Amino acid sequence: MNDADSIVELIPRLRRYARALAGDRIAADDLVQDTLERAWSKFHLYRRGTDLRAWLFTVMHNVYVNQLRASRPVATLDEEMPELSQPSRETDMLVLRDLDAAIRRLPPDQREVLLLVALEEMSYEEAAGTLGIPIGTVMSRLARAREKLRAMLSGLPPGGGKQLKIVK
Amino acid sequence: MQDDAEMKEISKALHQLYDPVLEESVPERLRTRVARRGLWRPAAIAAGWVAVGLAAGVVAGWQLHVARTVVSAQAEVPGFVKRAAVAHAVYSPEVRHPVEVGADQEQHLVAWLSKRLGAPLRAPKLEELGYSLVGGRLLPGESGPVAHFMYQSKQGTRVTLYVRTDAVGNRETAFRYATEGNVKVFYWIDRKLGYALSSADIGTDDLLKVANAVYQQLNP
Repeated sequence: MNDADSIVELIPRLRRYARALAGDRIAADDLVQDTLERAWSKFHLYRRGTDLRAWLFTVMHNVYVNQLRASRPVATLDEEMPELSQPSRETDMLVLRDLDAAIRRLPPDQREVLLLVALEEMSYEEAAGTLGIPIGTVMSRLARAREKLRAMLSGLPPGGGKQLKIVK
Repeated sequence: MQDDAEMKEISKALHQLYDPVLEESVPERLRTRVARRGLWRPAAIAAGWVAVGLAAGVVAGWQLHVARTVVSAQAEVPGFVKRAAVAHAVYSPEVRHPVEVGADQEQHLVAWLSKRLGAPLRAPKLEELGYSLVGGRLLPGESGPVAHFMYQSKQGTRVTLYVRTDAVGNRETAFRYATEGNVKVFYWIDRKLGYALSSADIGTDDLLKVANAVYQQLNP
């Protein structure tokens, strides 16, 4: 499999992460597109034999951070969001959406850590490598993210210590 | 800590919310981005505008000879004009996929391209001259994204409008004319934006009429 094939195979993973990170579909695919362009132009920096997915996520992280810095105004687009999956029996869709909305309100650095660990199922070490930060920072950002989520979902101030309940 | 129940629930919820994305078909603009670069990598990236002409390797009977154009590049014709001509030669013969986003989503197309170029764009209305918008696409330019709009007449003749930002010189220019292979191009620079209107299907006089209409609409 050549490099292009390997990258194409990872596009769905990049899109999933981007969708969770950036929110709407267009912004997420713009992020993926910018990531792919940058990845190709920097492909000589990729070390063969290392994890290509982690490398692409690093590229996406850098693109994302640059975009935040430039804070380009987001055009309002009226394309419909895709239908979400059918709510399963054990999890209430409203609760899911609440969680999603709460994650969006997290500061970007905490949201990234949370998504890499909880959605991409990276170890703390992998997340640290992807974001280029120490493991201790990953752990503290994750702890802060969880505390904020708990507070937002329970309506309690942070530090309330209440366990997040998202399953009935 | 990663194994605790709360983290598992967050993880499960995120998968429920976002795993459906994995099943979606990947938009063409993302697939072609890789395929396009993939074919030419690595040498062609340095070759700049040639990368636009991905199809050159595929379309055997292509009239615009990329290699010759590069070598005999006339110094006075800006690079973006050549890129515009190549883009026209590549995309205008397309029957099934002439554009990335169709005219039925014009509002979205214009908003998207404006956002990517960082400049407010408009797709001129050319119905009075017998041309309707087919749609447009995003293309890689010399230093960033460029916009490409395609128009078609009832007879099937096509003209394309190529718009780039950060035009060199930032000076307004009169219409200039260039040919690349069988593609005729009228181009002009207006403040930040460079425009190139191309066609291989119609005469110079008709193309100039279209160029005038485009210019007047974009500079009321």
